[in-house]
Amino acid sequence: MDLYEYQARDLFEKHNVPVLQGAVATTADQAHAAAAKMGGKVVVKAQVKVGGRGKAGGVKLAVDANDAKEKAGAILGMDIKGHTVHKVMIAQAAPIVDEYYVSILLDRSNRTFLVMASVAGGMDIEEVAHTAPEKLAKVPVSAVDGISAAKAKEIVAQAKFPADVADQVADVLVKLWETFQSEDATLVEVNPLVKTEDGRVVALDGKVTLDENAEFRQPDHEALVDHDTANALEAAAKAKGLNYVKLDNGQVGIIGNGAGLVMSTLDVVAYAGEKFGGMRPANFLDIGGGASAQVMADGLSIILGDPDVKSVFVNVFGGITACDAVANGIVQALELLGSQATKPIVVRLDGNNVLEGRAILTAANHPLVEQAETMDGAASRAAELAAK
Amino acid sequence: MSIFINASSKIIVQGMTGSEGTKHTRRMLASGSKVVGGVTPGKGGQVVDIDGTSLPVFNTVAEAMAATGANVSVVFVPPKFAKAAVIDAIDATMPLVVVITEGIPVHDSAYFYSYSVEKGTTQIIGPNCPGLISPNQSNVGIIPADITKRGPIGLVSKSGTLTYQMMYELRDIGFSTAVGIGGDPVIGTTHIDCLRAFQDDPETTAIVMIGEIGGDAEERAAAFISEYVTKPVVGYVAGFTAPEGKTMGHAGAIVSGSSGTAQAKKDALEAAGVRVGQTPSETAQLMRDILGR
Repeated sequence: MDLYEYQARDLFEKHNVPVLQGAVATTADQAHAAAAKMGGKVVVKAQVKVGGRGKAGGVKLAVDANDAKEKAGAILGMDIKGHTVHKVMIAQAAPIVDEYYVSILLDRSNRTFLVMASVAGGMDIEEVAHTAPEKLAKVPVSAVDGISAAKAKEIVAQAKFPADVADQVADVLVKLWETFQSEDATLVEVNPLVKTEDGRVVALDGKVTLDENAEFRQPDHEALVDHDTANALEAAAKAKGLNYVKLDNGQVGIIGNGAGLVMSTLDVVAYAGEKFGGMRPANFLDIGGGASAQVMADGLSIILGDPDVKSVFVNVFGGITACDAVANGIVQALELLGSQATKPIVVRLDGNNVLEGRAILTAANHPLVEQAETMDGAASRAAELAAK
Repeated sequence: MSIFINASSKIIVQGMTGSEGTKHTRRMLASGSKVVGGVTPGKGGQVVDIDGTSLPVFNTVAEAMAATGANVSVVFVPPKFAKAAVIDAIDATMPLVVVITEGIPVHDSAYFYSYSVEKGTTQIIGPNCPGLISPNQSNVGIIPADITKRGPIGLVSKSGTLTYQMMYELRDIGFSTAVGIGGDPVIGTTHIDCLRAFQDDPETTAIVMIGEIGGDAEERAAAFISEYVTKPVVGYVAGFTAPEGKTMGHAGAIVSGSSGTAQAKKDALEAAGVRVGQTPSETAQLMRDILGR
């Protein structure tokens, strides 16, 4: 889960990473109140989970509370790269003399954590990595050892931070590690980390990504979930405990078991759909290994509730749960759904007890259900039905 | 021959007394695996009867190894306790630990992976994987044993159900070993580890490699194939239609920026001489063409 800047700021503050005052506002009046409380100049910043908001006009300096209200009014509701701005952050303004970059992230390739640090902050760090790699220090951090004060000093030296800020930056690194570890983050990034006129080092903007697998030990993270922007079908699926992702510009609803098989099903449908005017998969839905009748019914009801869906492809490999159990699940699911089921459904069963499974579906003789013997054949038929 | 496990592998089940652990212990025993005991902290001394086989339960992996001579552990404990279970196995110098558990926080898997590297005595497979099977010899994890038979193909895959699909498509030819390495961002055994083992295994004559979007494991595997693997390899990559930035079930299967796309992986594999199928069935057909069957 990616956090908004204001949420990242709050987490930093909780772990004693130095930040400036900041408050979130959803209306121009709230922005006025927040700016008045802070006093002096403030920055009004659009809260969107996409880069390039500054260039799009989503960050403005305001001289006082009235100005902040006006600027917030202009930014709220703005569209930045397809993201509507629902919130702004009112941040204390500070005179900046230098901009740096620090981050801690998961390095998948090396199966460890990685710190990146640079004195060339404030700009796109990928650009720095590309054009001036010598300016970006990359230091592996073991999950076992973490970032001690000594390790932090080593990183600061490697990134060649100036002597007057070295101790402060090292301290920031130790506290960022505490944030990273205790919040179960997979990314904490500060860009820019700044030196202010009075010589303080402060995190001015931050990005944090949290690991959803750690929800069981991070009860506070539920409050950070952004329910407003979730797709209605995705929200309904989540409520039923289904692993569902809505896809744009699709017509074929997909249900399968196992993440890899379902991903593969999407590809095979898109591939087959080329022959039928570009039919595409409308969603990802993994019902897992069990594939019980209730889970199948829940899955079908979500997919049949998607107005984009013109046909459905149920693709199940019977492994631990054999095909006859899956077939019974489909039959019972259609009984549970009754008149809600209105779109053609192509079913491909393969694996254990496949003949028994197919016989059960044949015997049920449901008017909407068609069977196909292969995954490729089923994808083609589902695309054809969607194109009708 | 086979890789990582064989007919004399002695297996203990961490979390055997839980419902998943019991269910899959029963299945492993039914497929002929030598399961010799279980570990559940606090339940040491109990004996569990599974379909007529009496299995002792131990408090720690070290005790279980001392009493049974086990050389493989399979982990079914819930995410909350998985880190402690794997650390227990590493501390006991268990040679092979197969972590089936799905949903382990990445800080925990990064920790136990780093810890295993520091200790240098344990190979981890997974987490979030179906395990591995050498048909008719040993089955460690949750792969259905009855969908294929023994044969000359080696299979390595990030995905469980795609592993099953491929094993089933090529069931008339059969497999030396099929390894599900898992779809998480941090895994203990990689495509490269399996490719190396298959190249060195005399029974394996051809290799299927199944990958998916996210990370650069397939690109690295492609480079390794160019350098080291002389046996024919066919490949399949899932996730061409996956949108950027969305997680699709496997925490590792997420495309960010331009790296890790299915197309980039397919291109890298093809450049290394791997024939890549457009669908799982087409991939199986490529393997048939290579083996002339």
